[in-house]
Amino acid sequence: MEEEKTSEDTSTATEGNIKIPSGEESLLYEVLTSSSRGQLVLHPTRDQYLDTIYQISKDGFAVCIDLTAVDYLENPERDIPSAISPERFEVVVNFLSHTKKERIRLRVQIPESDPVLPTVFDIYPGSEALEREVYDLFGIEFEGHPDLTRILMPETWDGHPLRKDYAVGEIPVQFKDAPGAG
Amino acid sequence: MPSERYLFSSKMHQERGDGPMSTDDTITADQADAARVFQRGDDSAILRLSESEIQAYKPSGKRRMVVNMGPQHPSTHGVLRLTLEMEGETVLRSKPIIGYLHTGMEKTGEQLTYLQGTTNVTRMDYSSPLFTELAFSLATEKLLDIEVPERATWIRMLMCELNRMSSHLLFQATNGMDIGAVGAMIYGWREREELLRLLEKITGLRMNHNYIRPGGVAADLPDGWRDDTLRILDDLPDRLDDFDGLFTGQPIWHERLQGVGVINSAECLALGVTGPLLRSTGYAWDLRKDMPYLRYDQIDFDVLVGTYGDCFDRFAIRLNEIRESMRIVRQILEKMPNGDYRIQDKKVTPPPRARIDESMEALIHHFKIFTEGFKVPAGEVYVAVESPRGELGCYIVSDGGPKPYRMHIRGPSFTNLQVLPHMLKNGLVADAVAVISTVDPIMGEVDR
Repeated sequence: MEEEKTSEDTSTATEGNIKIPSGEESLLYEVLTSSSRGQLVLHPTRDQYLDTIYQISKDGFAVCIDLTAVDYLENPERDIPSAISPERFEVVVNFLSHTKKERIRLRVQIPESDPVLPTVFDIYPGSEALEREVYDLFGIEFEGHPDLTRILMPETWDGHPLRKDYAVGEIPVQFKDAPGAG
Repeated sequence: MPSERYLFSSKMHQERGDGPMSTDDTITADQADAARVFQRGDDSAILRLSESEIQAYKPSGKRRMVVNMGPQHPSTHGVLRLTLEMEGETVLRSKPIIGYLHTGMEKTGEQLTYLQGTTNVTRMDYSSPLFTELAFSLATEKLLDIEVPERATWIRMLMCELNRMSSHLLFQATNGMDIGAVGAMIYGWREREELLRLLEKITGLRMNHNYIRPGGVAADLPDGWRDDTLRILDDLPDRLDDFDGLFTGQPIWHERLQGVGVINSAECLALGVTGPLLRSTGYAWDLRKDMPYLRYDQIDFDVLVGTYGDCFDRFAIRLNEIRESMRIVRQILEKMPNGDYRIQDKKVTPPPRARIDESMEALIHHFKIFTEGFKVPAGEVYVAVESPRGELGCYIVSDGGPKPYRMHIRGPSFTNLQVLPHMLKNGLVADAVAVISTVDPIMGEVDR
């Protein structure tokens, strides 16, 4: 009973069998961790990124289920360990372990001045299309990717639509007193 | 007695040293390395050329050519385009080219409130729209940290299973049509129509229902829903037996599908493939069973797996998953609890129409919800559900405002398409149609 109570107090959350370490300074795979609504999140630096993913892949996380990015231009505040300095872009990678029935999520900070990240293609070939999508819509380059071309937008497109400084197109609404109307 | 093609399929497995895997087998990264056929360069399965490079590309070898297929080809399920490098009738490398249906739905999602969000995401996978609504709603609810009422959860399960049946029936229709069995198209659409009629009665719309919303569902089940559902459950088994009679044992069907487009579990995992494609390789993985959401842990059902990972297994799995869903629906009918169909939290759900006439607060809440939307605490979550095509995930980042700061849908079709070049390699071009068809991509979800 005593133990349970203390673990609750230090906000230890569990999802599946992994114990999500409490406190900001906890390390897993030598990387800072946090918990977001009970989901385990790792915060590697760019230098740790590939190495962490390699360790994760050796640890039974057989599938790279999702890779996407967020542009924090308009919302620099976010919930990350204080040792990690927030940057404009964040690449978010989700892994799934079938044996442990667990998920793990990586959030990597990418500065605007140098939006480059090594590819995880050689560890998880399934990330190929996902990385192309992030390159296409956010303009983050993946070093060593075998085929880094636009995937959803036309090849000749200018700009990266999911960036926050890329305006949303609008169709003007014609009201009653528009020129030419009755 | 298995046909020659089927034997060929298992022989191929033996040669590659990766026979059908039992469900107990766990795949380590090393095994995945060993089974990997993902080289870069000219001997890989993927034609890694940009569109303009393909235009100028002259293949070496005199019988080689590059052929364009789609995007307006009837067998490409909408607007999938493939570039095939061929030697005679044999496909060597290929590249799926997508984006023809890209309408920036993730960008649109950032402009809409959480209540409007489901109208947007429901248009992604248009043949199983309720699953995208469900993933989006579950993610929002996790951010809000609310529990929906028990009845709402069971209604969601009921609707999703009905939707899974209609989606798999659509697959039977289009798959049959692609292979050349036009009868299947008529049969598949006839049964699907029955289910769509029921979905229309419950939600008001045949497709793009916008029925599952953050906080519960849009409306309670209408009078007579139970009888209508039971009638479908009673009629459908015979009709499914017709499919068995027409296709499952039919030699031409075997010739076209067995041993075609073979893939193994390790390749599927490496490529992030989920759903019936992964299960067709004999790997039992179903989020409903393995990482239960809603109340699937209270339901008794089986996860269906194939043996050879070929087109026929994928066809058979989808056909039998309809039967499995019927089993689930029957249990849901028994267990459907009474109660509220949406959470009674005035900040999240709009008040009933009648209350607006008599209560000032109700009017204010109504006005606030529909003009501003409700605010969701800052944070980020990823929630996944098992759609008819595989793992459908929703990643939402909230900045504390009434609109998602970032809304990303992990569409299973998008990732599953990566497997096409590996399945097509060294196959015939006529088989390409069968392979695309059994991958069952929905382009609305691929391109978003």
